[in-house]
Amino acid sequence: MKKYVMIAYFFAAGLLVPSVGYAMHIMEGFLPKEHAVVWLIILLPVLFIGYKQIREIVTCHPEQKMLLGLAAAFIFVLSALKIPSLTGSCSHATGVGLSAVLFGPAVSSVLSGIVLVFQALLLAHGGITTWGANTFSMGVAGSFVAWGLFKMTTTMGLSKKVGIFLAATVGDLTTYMVTAGQLALAFPDPVSGFWTSFVKFIGVFAITQIPLAVCEGLLSVVVYNTLVDNKERGFSTLWRQDQGEHE
Amino acid sequence: MMKKQNIILLILVVFLAVFPLYLQKEAEFAGADDQASDMISEINPEYKPWFKNVWEPPSGEVESFLFALQASIGAGFIGYFFGYLKGTKFTR
Repeated sequence: MKKYVMIAYFFAAGLLVPSVGYAMHIMEGFLPKEHAVVWLIILLPVLFIGYKQIREIVTCHPEQKMLLGLAAAFIFVLSALKIPSLTGSCSHATGVGLSAVLFGPAVSSVLSGIVLVFQALLLAHGGITTWGANTFSMGVAGSFVAWGLFKMTTTMGLSKKVGIFLAATVGDLTTYMVTAGQLALAFPDPVSGFWTSFVKFIGVFAITQIPLAVCEGLLSVVVYNTLVDNKERGFSTLWRQDQGEHE
Repeated sequence: MMKKQNIILLILVVFLAVFPLYLQKEAEFAGADDQASDMISEINPEYKPWFKNVWEPPSGEVESFLFALQASIGAGFIGYFFGYLKGTKFTR
């Protein structure tokens, strides 16, 4: 049931934002006020659902608290490391794919939101006014795509390992595509409009991101491997989705 | 088995991060977000950011300190987590 509500919500979000549901962190003050507000409004319901799910995990499945901590820690590490890329500039991964696969997209949106507040306040990276838009791209868009892709690939019969690699890699890329889309919506090219701008911003963000996205995919598999290796030792309820299907 | 695979994967990650440094010897390796703000002023020269960061790290050193702090908090927990897993193995 919850799943359908989520899907309906994303369709609604898609209608509200006609052009793209696609965004590195947008710098403080670099989104016009109306845009900043709209992204925040779209984001809030997801954060609310995520908050409720986290509360449920903490109270009903305390054995999963450690795993939740691991997912958050993974986002902390990956989003702090600016890695050089083939294009001659630097960017960082998001780490969101792993938590999306483990706990679903709403929980992982909340975790991204927390990391982005830290970076906006202490690192002047991203910003408070652009927090909504950035949390949407990294948390909501990135993790929803990762989660959906993981479900799809594993349903198709691919191994979980391949599924998690694809989910984390494509989820990472999605985040940066969405950032490019958000910026292009705010700054369409004066002559040829949205798409020209979109392609320009993609050039800055998305291409740089490709090798980093692959790194994120590989690292997610490393964590997955280690978890599976220790599955019999208290992490049998490792994949929340599997567990839901048995209920 | 898993361990071996993990080592291979980690080597691949290091390679992906280091290889660009050889390939693009002339490049500056600036942050992609700075390039985006250049792009914005190109598309719309009139636009002025309407809000400034509440606080900015006073220098590149302080900034990298904070980034390192963020990464080490995360890495610390990940180490604790896997150490805990390994520990439970022996107590059973």
